[in-house]
This record gives sequence, structure tokens and C-alpha cells, in this order.
Amino acid sequence: MSKFRLIADGLVKNNPTFVLLLGMCPTLATTTSAVNGLSMGLATLFVLVLSNIAISLIAPVTPDKVHIPVYIVVIATFVTLLQFIMQAYTPAIYEALGLFIPLIVVNCIVLGRAEAFASKNGVGASALDGIGIGLGFTAALTVLGLVREILGSGSAFGFKFIPGDGMLAFVMAPGAFLALGYLMVLFNKLKK
Amino acid sequence: MKSNLLNMVLVLSLTCLVCSGILAGAYVLTKDPISAAAERKSNEAIAKVLPEFSSTSEDDAMLGEVKYHYFKAEGPAGVVGYAVRSTVSGFGGPLTLMVGITPDGIVYNSCVLSHSETPGLGAKCETDEAFMAQWKGFDPSVKTLSVRKDGGDVDAITASTITSRAYALAVSNAVDVVRSLRGERIDGSTGASVIIKEEPLDE
Repeated sequence: MSKFRLIADGLVKNNPTFVLLLGMCPTLATTTSAVNGLSMGLATLFVLVLSNIAISLIAPVTPDKVHIPVYIVVIATFVTLLQFIMQAYTPAIYEALGLFIPLIVVNCIVLGRAEAFASKNGVGASALDGIGIGLGFTAALTVLGLVREILGSGSAFGFKFIPGDGMLAFVMAPGAFLALGYLMVLFNKLKK
Repeated sequence: MKSNLLNMVLVLSLTCLVCSGILAGAYVLTKDPISAAAERKSNEAIAKVLPEFSSTSEDDAMLGEVKYHYFKAEGPAGVVGYAVRSTVSGFGGPLTLMVGITPDGIVYNSCVLSHSETPGLGAKCETDEAFMAQWKGFDPSVKTLSVRKDGGDVDAITASTITSRAYALAVSNAVDVVRSLRGERIDGSTGASVIIKEEPLDE
């Protein structure tokens, strides 16, 4: 597989949100605004790339029966690292995303890519796979956050262009499901 | 790779050892920036709710069973006010405010530290200018700290009575904390949790 394909696959063919439907919990909960969606996507991208690299390196020497605990320890380490960094340098974003940062540990995208790809491929390919899937997740979350922010608050990336409140339902949980559903339809229609 | 007891124990222990080493290092490196960020945030809140001051000291105060964290701000002419961190339960979860109160018991200003109120309704307690402005100079000895619906003098946010009520309660608790602090000092009492709620505020 070419390098380009690995990244493009993650963005379109294997898009974690719109095609694989993985990681729905952070997707629905954190995309109240475009900035929140983007930050959550980037946080997951960071963990995904590092954990893919580390796991592709240690997979050949990991006994089969303990591979899941080993992977989880590795992923949890990177997530905690990310938590320290965000708390220190971007406290506002860390607060907005709240519990969903530590929950990246159990995000099925991260463990899924470790199992399905990184444990069977080399370091370079695993890193690219992490970048591709991570970018796909980031793009999906940003678009979803943007749609919800425009409809719900009348602003985009914090820049307000419609005065007043907008359709508040889109900032709340029901709007998350509605917006995700319609975006999924649109994405799969365009992909064909 | 085939598993046997020896390699399982070895690989798992080694992984954990390396990971904890990395995390211990990261913890030491980020410890200072994290506490600096937290301190900056609370200092910004204090500066927002109190008149100009030159130094602050922090302490805890008990009001009934609840512990409140407060900051005493001092200027060249003595104590300029107290900033009390006050948490109550709002509509969607805990609502935490920083309330600035001058030594004569008047609310100087207040701001929201964290909340989980409904966007567009209760969340307006952080953005609604009319709602926020009414706390500036609110004198609890003249006006009553509860919403108009409950017979008080606080104008609630439209369609968010519960949030407004919680906000008023948080401010009222903060006022009580300062009253109890002043009360102790006037009496020269040493009991840490003496609460003199009805104590008049004159010096």
C-alpha cells in the first residue's frame, strides 16, 4: 500500500466516525462546538499515532495471552501524558473536554487500530495509519461540531454571525444524534 | 509470539515499569506548569470580583457542615475584601462561583468558575449582562438574596428560575461565610467554626 493510500483510507474509506461508527461516545458528547470537536479529534490523533508506533514495535515480542493488557497499559500511558500536557498548557480546552480525555484509553478506535493494524505492520505504516485514522476522526468531529455550532449557537469557531440563540436543541444531546445521522447519510451518498 | 508464564510475567512487568517511569518523568516536568495554570485561573477570578488589591492569603472556613475556600485580599489600607469560592447544585450539576465581598458585607462582583447548566437557558448565568450586573454592589442588608418569585430582590434569568435560584443561594452562602469570618474577628473568638449568622455588620 502506498503512503498516500494509508492516509486517504483513514479519511474516507475507513473513516472511523461516518463509516466504521467507532468512538461514538466522545463523538456525540464533545462536538458542541467546532473548536471542541477539533480539540477532541487532535487529542485522539496524538494518542493514536504514538500508540500505533509503540505497539508496532513491541508486538513481535508480546506473548499472545497478555497482548491486550500490554496494549492498554501503553495506550493509558500516552493518554495520561496527554492529560498532563493539556492541563499544563491548554487548561481551558482540558476543562471543556473534561472526562472525555481520560476516556480515550477505552476509545475503541485506538485499541481497534492497535489490534487490527499496528500489531501486524511495521512502524512506518502504523504511524501513517494512525495519522490517517486520526485525521479522519478529527475531520468528522470538526464538521459535526461546526454544523451543531452553526445551527445551535449561530456561530462558527466561536465567531458569532447570527445574533440570538439559534436552534438550541443542536447544542444538546438530541441534536448530536440528528446532526450525526444526517451527516452520515450525506457522507455515504457522496462516497459512492 | 507463544505465551508461557515466564515471558508473560516478564513482558507485562517490563511494560509497566517503562510506562510508570515515563509517567513519573512527565509528572515532574508538568507539575509546576499545571499548578501555575490553576493559580493563574483563580487569580484572574479574584481580580475580577474584588477591587484592586496588593496581596492575597487563602484559607478555609466552615459554614455549618460545608467547607468554603476563601481568599482574603489586602491593600495598603487594610482588607479590601474576601473572594469566596461557593458551590451549590444547579439545574444540571454543581455550580461554582467566585463571589467577592467587601468588608462591609456588600457583594462587589461575582463570576462563574464552572457550571453544567443547559446551553442557552441556565448557561446564560455566565453571559447575561443584566443578570450579571445586578450582583455588583448588591447589599444583602437592604435587599434579599433570593429570586423575585421567592419574595427576594434578584431578577431571575427568563426560563431559568432554578439556575438563578442556585446562583442566589451560592452568593448568599458566600455572604454568610464572610459574616461568620467578621463575626469571629469582632468577638475575638478562637472557635474555628463559630457562625454568627445574624451578627450585625457594623464594626
